Amino acid sequence: MTTHNPQAPMVPPRDRDKTPVLECKNLGIDFGGLTAVDAFNITIGPTEICGLIGPNGAGKTTIFNLLTKVYQPTRGAVYLNGRDTKNMNTIAANKAGIARTFQNIRLFKELTVMENVLVGLHNEMGYRFFPAVFRLPSYWRSERIGKARALELLSIFDMQDMASYKAGALPYGSQRRLEIVRALATNPSILLLDEPAAGMNPSETGELMENIRKIRDTFQIAILLIEHDMQLVMGICEGIAVLNYGRVIAKGTPEEIKSDPQVIEAYLGKGGQDA
Amino acid sequence: MKARFQISMPVRYCVNLILMIAFLTAGSFLTQSGLLGRAQNSIIIQVGFYIILAVSLNLVTGYLGQLPLGHAGFMAVGAYAGAIFWKSGLLPETPSLIVGLFVAGLVAAAFGILIGIPALRLKGDYLAIITLGFGEIIRVAIINLSDITGGTPGLKGIPKYSSFLVVYICVLIACVAIHMLMKSRHGRAILAIRENEIAVESCGVNTTYYKVMAFAVSAFFAGVAGALYGGNQGILAPASFDFMTSINILVIVVLGGMGSMIGSVIAAAILTSLPLALQAFNEYRLIIYALLLIIVMVFKPSGLMGTYDFSLSRLIEKAVTRLKVPKEEGGVYHDDP
Repeated sequence: MTTHNPQAPMVPPRDRDKTPVLECKNLGIDFGGLTAVDAFNITIGPTEICGLIGPNGAGKTTIFNLLTKVYQPTRGAVYLNGRDTKNMNTIAANKAGIARTFQNIRLFKELTVMENVLVGLHNEMGYRFFPAVFRLPSYWRSERIGKARALELLSIFDMQDMASYKAGALPYGSQRRLEIVRALATNPSILLLDEPAAGMNPSETGELMENIRKIRDTFQIAILLIEHDMQLVMGICEGIAVLNYGRVIAKGTPEEIKSDPQVIEAYLGKGGQDA
Repeated sequence: MKARFQISMPVRYCVNLILMIAFLTAGSFLTQSGLLGRAQNSIIIQVGFYIILAVSLNLVTGYLGQLPLGHAGFMAVGAYAGAIFWKSGLLPETPSLIVGLFVAGLVAAAFGILIGIPALRLKGDYLAIITLGFGEIIRVAIINLSDITGGTPGLKGIPKYSSFLVVYICVLIACVAIHMLMKSRHGRAILAIRENEIAVESCGVNTTYYKVMAFAVSAFFAGVAGALYGGNQGILAPASFDFMTSINILVIVVLGGMGSMIGSVIAAAILTSLPLALQAFNEYRLIIYALLLIIVMVFKPSGLMGTYDFSLSRLIEKAVTRLKVPKEEGGVYHDDP
């Protein structure tokens, strides 16, 4: 059993000669004196499904916040489709092609399911202030196209019949799915999913796995996901990075990760292999 | 999306237009015919300003979810801008009236943007305090700029333009414009900011732009209401735009239900006409007023109407759908755009 170099890139063969959709170089952030993430390197190909795992508090969500520019990194750089994101804020990062869901669901609870997706389509429906107030033709056209598109996106998860429900009234699993639809509506080139299977039962998780693959295939986008459900991670990820104490301790295919002694130690503690 | 009765869009607009015209005709007949006393007439006009003020404040408090306390400041800016324009007599009467209202709105909106850009970086209590400060600065500035504004004694001789028709046309324009704005991508962005700011930003929506937009539109209509107020009184004194006026408008919005336009309209009508209705109880008037507020807040903390928004067409559609298919409950329906 070889230990893999945690810094080596791990893009699937079909994506190797294309510009990576996301590239982190030596990314790091300190909160006061605490180094939350350090020397984080990752390269994600344009159609790759990649997993980010690690024990609680390892810094996984912090990395998502760094990638979406909620936090500005202390060290290192993030490249989106080859563009440096140094001076971007969250809004600009989304426009540059990154969309995400949240660990603690952040839907617009008082808005309907349809309206939630339409907020995702906001920049696509480009009409300005006066066409809206005076109901000019550009308003009608744009609203019609936007609503059709929203229903189409909702149909990925078979949610088109829930379009008029309030988002806050949906069951938990559907709320998670709606967040994914809303993120997809912003037309990203990489989708970040923060624990998409949290609170789902095994059959729902299985369905979610199918849908994540379907999303990758239909939209031809990359997906980076944080997940604790090993069945899901091992089932769909082509590459996995394992994080502990803010550092990548292992990187590789699911098979390589499963048998990596450092990973087993991080999850089960020293001597975990005997347990 | 099964058997569901739906009124088509053009019909819906025509019905609403006819109702508005009918309302204006009936109202102006009632106020001019002498059926009502002077006091009643003046209350009806006052209800008009307060509806505009409440509906415009509701845009920022109810829909955007921020808490500004300087609405009277924007009202004052608009009132003085409009009154000074009208007094200048640059244009003949009718154009002067219309242009003056626009000037009032635009000057107030400009102040809204000016205050909004720094103030909206703050949230909650901080925003409340900064806007409260702004309102006071405006009032003090008006007192001190006595060459232009007439100072403490007030600006006199403002043409009395604010008839029932003028005021209520402005009321309808304010309500319709804000409604149209809210049922568009801009309105959805504003509501989404109230719901979850981090999530909106991650959807690529420019939150600062929409906060300032909501603030500016709100200030615009507050300015128009201010100008109408001046055109009704014929005199403007800085004392009428103090902190208590801002609070009164906020009370209307909270009582009506934050985020409900119909709530703001009803609460404006009730709270403005209440003092007149309670004249018989003279000395207990303020106690009854305060008690009423407490009772509503205890038993219905979300306000009279909650976040319910009224739509006549939707009401008719629901009723007809229910009549046609009595067994089918809670079917899926489209929101009207």
